[in-house]
Amino acid sequence: MTVDRELTMSRAIVEAIGSEMRENEEVFYMGEDVADYGGIFDSTQGLLEEFGYDRIMDVPISETAYLGAAVGAAQQGMRPIAELMFVDFFGVAMDQIYNQMAKNTYMSGGSVSVPMVMTTAVGGTYSDAAQHSQTLYGTFAHLPGMKVVVPSTAYDAKGLMHNAIRDDDPVVYMYHKRLMGLGWLPAPPGPKTPVPEEDYTIPFGRADVKREGADVTVVTLGLHVHRALDAAESLAADGVDVEVIDLRTLVPLDRETVVESVRKTGRLVVVDEDYRSFGLSGEIVSTVADEALDSLAAVERVAMPDVPIPYARELEGEVLPGTDDIEAAVRNVR
Amino acid sequence: MPSEERLRALYTDMVTARYYEERLQEEYLEGKQPAFDISAGPIPGELHLAAGQEAAAVGVCHHLRDDDVVTAPHRPHHVAIAKGVDLKRMTAEIFGRETGLCSGKGGHMHLFDPDVNFACSGIIAEGCPPAVGAGLAAKKRNTDSVAVAYLGEGAVDQGGFFESLNLAAVHDLPVVFVVEDNDWAISMPQERVTDVENAATRAEGFDMVGARVDRDDAVAVYEAAAEAVGRARDQNGPTVLSVQVHRRMGHFMGDPQSYRSDEDQEAALDRDSIERMEAHLRDHGLAEDELDAIRTEAHERVDDAIAWAKDQPKPDPESAYEHVFTNPPSGVTDTEPDFDLAETGGESE
Repeated sequence: MTVDRELTMSRAIVEAIGSEMRENEEVFYMGEDVADYGGIFDSTQGLLEEFGYDRIMDVPISETAYLGAAVGAAQQGMRPIAELMFVDFFGVAMDQIYNQMAKNTYMSGGSVSVPMVMTTAVGGTYSDAAQHSQTLYGTFAHLPGMKVVVPSTAYDAKGLMHNAIRDDDPVVYMYHKRLMGLGWLPAPPGPKTPVPEEDYTIPFGRADVKREGADVTVVTLGLHVHRALDAAESLAADGVDVEVIDLRTLVPLDRETVVESVRKTGRLVVVDEDYRSFGLSGEIVSTVADEALDSLAAVERVAMPDVPIPYARELEGEVLPGTDDIEAAVRNVR
Repeated sequence: MPSEERLRALYTDMVTARYYEERLQEEYLEGKQPAFDISAGPIPGELHLAAGQEAAAVGVCHHLRDDDVVTAPHRPHHVAIAKGVDLKRMTAEIFGRETGLCSGKGGHMHLFDPDVNFACSGIIAEGCPPAVGAGLAAKKRNTDSVAVAYLGEGAVDQGGFFESLNLAAVHDLPVVFVVEDNDWAISMPQERVTDVENAATRAEGFDMVGARVDRDDAVAVYEAAAEAVGRARDQNGPTVLSVQVHRRMGHFMGDPQSYRSDEDQEAALDRDSIERMEAHLRDHGLAEDELDAIRTEAHERVDDAIAWAKDQPKPDPESAYEHVFTNPPSGVTDTEPDFDLAETGGESE
């Protein structure tokens, strides 16, 4: 039976959370403005009415305390979901995130599990400037002990959220604001997709080929999956056949799909909304260099240059990778 | 009671700040109606307006000099105006223009005007530690400058606030922590997230003075701040000063405020600090036409600043790469020292 019910990415995420909360009383949600407001990015819209304030908990602006409390509750066997409103706010609570949440399992020799999800909003495109526009994908993926999920469509978002809540490890679930389908921040057409009503899981560590192509491999994630697909469409008119790989999870990382694609095309463009140096784009390129150097005829990176994200539209537009930047990079490696 | 001249000055900044927010609201909503798209219209990004919080800004800042430091949070315009930040360049920054205070890089939550020692952070309570640092610098240099950190009542649950109180208290630093209590942390009412109604009582646990002004009356704030700022200037230690204010608009522009009852919103509109200030001025014998003249002049200043800002050039996209460092690394240093190092063979004595 064809699934024709379409959801925005935020509705798909909320559907997964609601279903898991119905199934398991040990699942609860903590965050700022998640109760009456329903999440600044609609991440809990409608859940308060069904589950009440005890399970959809508004918390003080105390990220260290409530993220750390989620770690503690998770270690007691509960399955908390804790929302960091903007990923940029990790700075005020990073010890709880990377020294506790990420390491307690390892430091305990595996005797402690931390089955929690930290949800967080990422990304720019709307002039929120240097403290509210970052993605920081590479920062979280770099530090061992956290699984890192970045959905780009409603379908992926729901399946990945089910998997995240059921996973026995800490999962950092990063949703791009521009993809959520917010009234005040219109999404491009791509992220709203058909979504089955029943529960389903998408396993971590499996990239998705969003578009097959023979000439150039574009590896990306989040918002830039859609920008890469747009670029691929206009390049197709010029006879350039682009393959677009959506990583979907960074930890674990599906290196195999990337390497196989480059073996086929011989040309690689990595597109990342995170900072260029010491990060995700370098990791993908070095993976291909390690495993398929002979196949690699040309490579380009399109990423945020190493500057804090500026406010004025002209300045943000300059540094944030656009569809035209992706097109230019693909033409360069051709 | 402050002098008539001071009362006029307080009122001038209050009506300037109020009208500024009303005008920015108009400008911001241009192109965002009927459908609210944050990326449309002449003002980029988010906008957090402070209408209803003017008393806390002017009551404290009118005790400050240019060399005194103020750190403001994400809702900074009223404080900036009271601190004497360049209104035209601040407005140009909010419109994202090249001649703005921050060359279009900071925007409305990240305004910096070193001429009057004003700075902002968009992260809750994160202006507190830098204010403590400014107080520390004043103490080390033996000046009588003071530092003021502004924060909302929602920020008093943040670790940065607690740690700053302790550090300021243990070194008797000249810092005033001004809590603008507007009852709402975005959508969360105070009683849901904080079990202490009056943030000033938190000071007790740090062995410092806490004071509370329970109404948004600029004169009452001015008098309470005289003690707090005076204590800091006389090197008698820090203070937490909590001021009841009211949020007349949403947390940010575009906030539907569906979490807030009509009664609460109406009550915020009723308790108008500006009307209260006008009553003080009438008690001093000011006539209506004098009040009108102050308002007219303030409105003209704001309208001029906005017109000037909108006429300023947009930044050159290439300038996005400037200012990452004060002293940008060149990649290759021109000269490297050339010492004649003895060959010791690595043996220690």
